[in-house]
Amino acid sequence: MDFLHTDLETLHQQLVDKEITATELVEATLANIDATDPEYAAFLTVMKEEALVAAKAQDEAGIDADNVLSGIPYGIKDNIVTDGVKTTAASRMLENFVPIYDATVVEKLRDAGAIGVGKLNMDEFAMGSTTETSYFKKTKNAWNTAKVPGGSSGGSAAAVASGQIPYALGTDTGGSVRQPAAFNGLVGMKPTYGRISRWGVIAFASSFDQVGVLSRTVKDNAHVLSALAGVDSKDQTSSEQVVPDFAADLTTDLTGMKIAVPKEYLGRGVSEEVKATIMAGLETLKSLGATVHEVSLPHTKYGVAAYYILASAEASSNLQRFDGIRYGFRAENVKNLDDLYVQTRSQGFGDEVKRRIMLGTYSLSAGSYDAFFKKAAQIRTLMINDFKKVFADYDLIVAPTAPNVAYDFGENSDDPEITYMNDVLTIPVNMAGLPGMSVNAGFANDLPVGMQFIGDQFQEAKLYQAGYAFEQATKLYEKTPGGAK
Amino acid sequence: MAVPNFETTIGLEVHVELKTNSKAMSPSPVGYGAEPNQNTNVIDWGYPGVLPQANQGALEYGMMAATALHADITRDLHWDRKNYFYPDNPKAYQITQQQKPIGQKGWIDVELENGTKRIGITEMHVEEDAGKNTHGTDGYSYVDLNRQGTPLIEIVSEPDMSTPDEAYAYLEALRQAIQFTGISDVKMQEGSMRVDANISIRPVGSKEYGTKVELKNLNSFNYVRKGLAFEEDRQAKIYLAGGTIQQQTRRFDETTGETVLMRVKETADDYRYFPEPDLSPVHISDEWVAKVADALPESAPERRKHYVEDLGLEPYDAKVLTQTLEMSNFFDATVAAGANPKRAANYLMGDVNAYLNEKQVDLQDTALTPDHLAEMIKLIDDGTISTKMAKRVFTAITKGEDPAEFVEANGLKQMSDPAELQPIIDEILDNNEQSIIDFHNGKDRAVGFLVGQIMKATKGNANPGVVNQLLMTSLQDRKPE
Repeated sequence: MDFLHTDLETLHQQLVDKEITATELVEATLANIDATDPEYAAFLTVMKEEALVAAKAQDEAGIDADNVLSGIPYGIKDNIVTDGVKTTAASRMLENFVPIYDATVVEKLRDAGAIGVGKLNMDEFAMGSTTETSYFKKTKNAWNTAKVPGGSSGGSAAAVASGQIPYALGTDTGGSVRQPAAFNGLVGMKPTYGRISRWGVIAFASSFDQVGVLSRTVKDNAHVLSALAGVDSKDQTSSEQVVPDFAADLTTDLTGMKIAVPKEYLGRGVSEEVKATIMAGLETLKSLGATVHEVSLPHTKYGVAAYYILASAEASSNLQRFDGIRYGFRAENVKNLDDLYVQTRSQGFGDEVKRRIMLGTYSLSAGSYDAFFKKAAQIRTLMINDFKKVFADYDLIVAPTAPNVAYDFGENSDDPEITYMNDVLTIPVNMAGLPGMSVNAGFANDLPVGMQFIGDQFQEAKLYQAGYAFEQATKLYEKTPGGAK
Repeated sequence: MAVPNFETTIGLEVHVELKTNSKAMSPSPVGYGAEPNQNTNVIDWGYPGVLPQANQGALEYGMMAATALHADITRDLHWDRKNYFYPDNPKAYQITQQQKPIGQKGWIDVELENGTKRIGITEMHVEEDAGKNTHGTDGYSYVDLNRQGTPLIEIVSEPDMSTPDEAYAYLEALRQAIQFTGISDVKMQEGSMRVDANISIRPVGSKEYGTKVELKNLNSFNYVRKGLAFEEDRQAKIYLAGGTIQQQTRRFDETTGETVLMRVKETADDYRYFPEPDLSPVHISDEWVAKVADALPESAPERRKHYVEDLGLEPYDAKVLTQTLEMSNFFDATVAAGANPKRAANYLMGDVNAYLNEKQVDLQDTALTPDHLAEMIKLIDDGTISTKMAKRVFTAITKGEDPAEFVEANGLKQMSDPAELQPIIDEILDNNEQSIIDFHNGKDRAVGFLVGQIMKATKGNANPGVVNQLLMTSLQDRKPE
């Protein structure tokens, strides 16, 4: 079976009513992954035994009628650690790494009765926008397997879009949940920085990283975020903000909602097809009662450059722990300690990771700190202030998620600068720590176009409200990859 | 030995291990003597996915140190990462306070032969310690991360010291100041206090500092003094021979008393410091500062003042009693238990210190308690026991015995009751007519003889004061016609 025509609430009701058992559901899910994953290559590890054991336990204990996630399978991006289950971050460095603890998000979903069925492919250490930098395999776009799935959470997106699982966890440092969601016609939520604990998420850039959710529908997404969010003593950057039930009280009426459209987000570099789809989407939002005005976020143009300096600087430090001493890959036949470090890291990391480590190391060096890291941090503050001004007057910002629809494999691999520019519309949200969500707004060349909703800090509920009304008006989630082909 | 025509500039960097229960950035316990890597968890290993959990207690200890050293507490601070690769540094960065040290612009007064000198303290910051690498005889190197993450405070002095003796005196004063806050054991021999020294010399009158040399492996205050003295001399010889001083790191060799080249510093290390993104910035409120100041124990100078002005001790005695926190606390508790302060001071400086020296133990590791000492002193003061008997009682309380019970059980109670003593005195006088005559003829020796007889008859238990008084009265009464 696949999950393309059902939502979490329906599935949950079927489980509660014993129309299907959790074991049957998990068995069918595993069978479908077996059958379809050779085509999509979304999974790095399928947690067959663990999932069946968990399903059996759910069946024996009885499905929790109050908990919409109980007994239902989901997938986990492979940079989120799982106790006893290989966690690679799609890197040779961690090819055989089996952690001894669970990430807080995994623990929370288990407590909610959710059943993890596998670990999903991604760009190595979440560095990339196509999932092509994975050491292990190339994941395919669910709508057209000749196209990239986006990234870095490409495995998560392909697995949900192809119906292998109803939802998946991703991580979003510069757009890594929203962009693959856009490329695969999904809902991809990157919550406010601090909304979800990062404990157990293999760090890329600590001040940007945030766990996010990829799902078919807005309401499914809201259910999962409600389960994941909340303060965690193991992550001192996690927020004590109250976590509402995001899935409750969603309506189709947007009367009085003030939407801002930044002119910088529809400028040069954004394809005409994408622009047209977003303009049509804005009309739909207006028809639901929202007002739409153009605004300016003047420092947007510095976002990509500043982001790649700051995120790479943090990454260069975060990834130093992969030194071949305590776990993971260790180079053989080394001459001395320095050689062990050099050989291990030269052989264990791929090109994109090395590129960013070098960039980050350089920008933190004594001679360049002021000109690069410090300047980029100042730009970050300016970008935060840009958003603050807009949110003083508006509820939400709406923009495209990505400048283009999914493209061919290898298209940008020669020029990282072009690939980096694809993140121009998602990066500002991470720079400012804001919540951002991509929702399918239509198709161009038979490929999905993502519309991005951006809110002020901890205003995820507004994003879900607008996204839900839009989705109910367009019913685009009823289109499935099979149907569009 | 100061070298003629040169002046010396010394600055010290002191690392002090903080006595928190758990580590600076993880809930692992802090402690000595555990099996290698026993006191570690995934955070200490720098395991994938982990995040630091800043220990608020370590930060408060930093605030206490800053307060004790008269430094300004930085109210808005953040943590920084100091990046470098080494097997004992599992994250390959140390979490520290590079940009915003917890304390800045402090000072401490040190006592020198010719008076008091104020040494400036540039800054002090809280950071985490590294683990330990050892090289086995089997060809393998081993990493023990028990110490990894132990909270430290690094205290950086101004280059205000101009002799090795001043450096020594500074360390003494610093150790005492930190010890009295209770935040650290500050023991060089256990590594809870570690010292690196920077020293340069320059011709007298020169405006520019000389090239500085860093000294390491200084494992006692004496070695600090010796190493600096050797270095002063070495550098002067190079100058006098027309050479130039190279910027170096040198280690002190304990067996030869010399400093030996470790490495030449040509470029400064680049640690690529940047703000630690895994921890939120910290604001220290007025309330928090006040709370920490309230919790801070009295400093040694404050205690000395109290001992002299309120308890009537001699300044020298007050100084001896405040040499260690344990001694001072013990004295305070003894006085609080009702002991006469002067007698308590005399016992602590005399019998107690002698006992500690003999047994080579610290006060807190003995069975002695302030209550027992106070009880013994009260027994002396009320005449129940003589100071001579107190020697035996003291031995008993060092073994943890209750002084009153010991006196009772061993019949050490002094005879002070005149009704009990008078018949004995009468009997002695009846049997020693000649002594009475001798006394009245002005022979004082007779008194000594009679007291001796009385003490003999009472097996030494008679209260000499009471005996003397009764005897004199009786002798007057028996004046021969």
